[in-house]
Amino acid sequence: MQPELLIKLVILLPLVGAAVNGLGGLFVPALRKQEGLVGMLGTAMVLIPFLITVSLFVGYEGEAIISHAFAWMEAGDLSVDFAYRLDELSLLMTMIITGVGSLIHVYSMGYMHGDDGFWRFFAYLNLFIFAMLNLVLGDNLVVLFLGWEGVGLCSYLLIGFWYTDRNNSKAANKAFIMNRVGDFAFLLAMFIIFREIGGLDFNTILTQGPSMDSGMTTAAVLLLFIGATGKSAQIPLFTWLPDAMAGPTPVSALIHAATMVTSGLYLLARLSPIVLAAPGVMTVIAIVGAITALVAATIAITQNDIKKVLAYSTVSQLGFMFMAAGVGAFFVAIFHVMTHAFFKGCLFLGSGSVIHGMHEVEHELEHDGHGHDGPSDTAFDPQDMRTMGGLKQFMPATRMTFLISTLAIAGIPLLSGFFSKDEILFKAFLFGYNGYAAGWIVYGIGLITALLTAIYMTRAYVLTFEGEPRWPRADTITPHESPWQMTLPLWVLAGLSIVGGYLGLPAVIAHGELNWIHHWLSDGGPVAELVKPEHVSLTVEWILIGVGSLVAILGVWLGWTWYVRKGLEQDDILAERFGGLYKLWQGKYFFDEAYNKTIVRPLIGGSYHGLAPFDKYVIDGLVNFAGFFTRGLSFTLRYLQTGLVHSYAAAIVFGVVLLIWLMLF
Amino acid sequence: MEITLNWYLTLSALLFTMGVLGFLFRRNAIVMLMCVELMLNSVNISLVALSQAMGDTAGQVLVFFVMSVAAAEAAVGLALVIAIFRNKLTIDVTQINLFKY
Repeated sequence: MQPELLIKLVILLPLVGAAVNGLGGLFVPALRKQEGLVGMLGTAMVLIPFLITVSLFVGYEGEAIISHAFAWMEAGDLSVDFAYRLDELSLLMTMIITGVGSLIHVYSMGYMHGDDGFWRFFAYLNLFIFAMLNLVLGDNLVVLFLGWEGVGLCSYLLIGFWYTDRNNSKAANKAFIMNRVGDFAFLLAMFIIFREIGGLDFNTILTQGPSMDSGMTTAAVLLLFIGATGKSAQIPLFTWLPDAMAGPTPVSALIHAATMVTSGLYLLARLSPIVLAAPGVMTVIAIVGAITALVAATIAITQNDIKKVLAYSTVSQLGFMFMAAGVGAFFVAIFHVMTHAFFKGCLFLGSGSVIHGMHEVEHELEHDGHGHDGPSDTAFDPQDMRTMGGLKQFMPATRMTFLISTLAIAGIPLLSGFFSKDEILFKAFLFGYNGYAAGWIVYGIGLITALLTAIYMTRAYVLTFEGEPRWPRADTITPHESPWQMTLPLWVLAGLSIVGGYLGLPAVIAHGELNWIHHWLSDGGPVAELVKPEHVSLTVEWILIGVGSLVAILGVWLGWTWYVRKGLEQDDILAERFGGLYKLWQGKYFFDEAYNKTIVRPLIGGSYHGLAPFDKYVIDGLVNFAGFFTRGLSFTLRYLQTGLVHSYAAAIVFGVVLLIWLMLF
Repeated sequence: MEITLNWYLTLSALLFTMGVLGFLFRRNAIVMLMCVELMLNSVNISLVALSQAMGDTAGQVLVFFVMSVAAAEAAVGLALVIAIFRNKLTIDVTQINLFKY
């Protein structure tokens, strides 16, 4: 089959899945309980596209394939079509999306078992995959934006999946609204680009873009970056991501770790030639990414909810990716997107497995122990690590995969995270070496953050799986390992976390000849990169690798010794040691409070006192007036209808006279 | 004195006016119908006179049309009066009123 058709199939199958599961479940209530059918259809609609994409990958010949569907908008100079582009970058992204996506669909069959909204979940998941594919496969900014908004919508639907709890809806609102702020900036950027270049398809943009007026380029790229901060949770638009953990864990894994949040990076990589033409903005990107990474890492050390730790970790790792983009190494950012999808996906699914097990413990406790446990009726939180511990005895598969992914994210040598993270640090170092001061700053912050990453992730692992169980009546109540639908994806992702890095062997190996990702994406591929004239010697490169490895190993060692020996007390020790700083970290830098005070309250107050009366009196007044007016008019005109023949006759005569008068004069 | 066109037109106007006034001020439904006939016939006079004065027979042709329409309308009008009489037992138009005001 021709590639053009296959591309359309890849995109449409998830939509079909969403429609069948969604509409079927909606109109035929009997279908809602058919978990097997629903789950398998949903999974198939992502797995088949994965297989198709792999075959396209194998048969790819180096030329971008454009698949044209139909015309969308024609307005004056603007001509936008539904067209899709398959090239190295979109192929890689599609494989990640559909591959990790299918694993998560399989996982969801286990995790969401028994939930009343099982069918809704799979419909939304498929819809999300459809939107995400539109995003990465679109051949113009408008289709990309369609996907961009679509994933935002699905994120909202899935975060607020258990909508009966008000807090979940609030979290969903927060995510969507914050995203919209970024989207506004994205739109402005599109306006500027269209005005300066005259077209929105990538062909036009990438060929004529770099020659835009430099002021306009700076403005456009900066606005694009702001849009990216919204979607990819960087400062200042990142506070929605930790709240998004209110959604079911597969959602956190798929959307808020592996795919949606990487859209910002994809955007920058796709438009890399233009980004490179705005060096000032690149510095901003790199610094914002670095600061975000550091801030999020410091917060992560203080968190007790296992999913919150992973959420801040995601924000931090996204910061790393932006650091890479900011120093001109876009392909490295995409490399980290890939490895992050593997280990963070595994970590989130693992945490879901843990939570699944702790739910059983919670049920057992409620079942037996109602009222027995005295006045301290703090509700048992299955996600709180303080009531976990020792789970390695009960959940061996979860424990092993979580451990592997933890080591991967920490950057332990030879695992995937090591390769991608080290590459980022190396590129930052090179950036500085070539005379850009920002490079040194980014390198320094990156190194510290890498240390923190290793520490907090090890802490999370140890508190959850090592030591002694800390939940009430642990001698009688034990959790079980999760079913195969959940552990199989864990093993697959853990395996990928181990080997995924070998796709991007660093420059020390055969002078970068074996760096497949670099060759695939940038060497004659669509992702531009900043070519730096000054190279460092091989020795320096090895030293840098050594430093990176040492930092990772040191972090894991510190996390291990601190928390295996002292357990939860270690948190108190750190709190004492760092005093005010620890309070700042624990309070998440009070971003939410600040936003609440400066933006949310004034807006709500303004609406309540300004817009609400306006709506009630002016708008409603106008509408009501129309009614009153008509009524008054009719009350007056009513008297014309007397029912008397004579008055009607008089009216006729009057009319005739009037006509004649008008005709004569 | 010669009887010029104006005489006929004046006659027509007078008859028409009488018809209008009768239609407006009489209460008996049949009398009102007769006034309508009067109005129509006054127009006939006018048509014939003008046709003779201008030498165009189109006016006289139109008279036929008017007469046949008048006949039809008189038939329908009288049928209506009969129907109303059967219900209201009166042909006084001021009595045939269902409205309040």
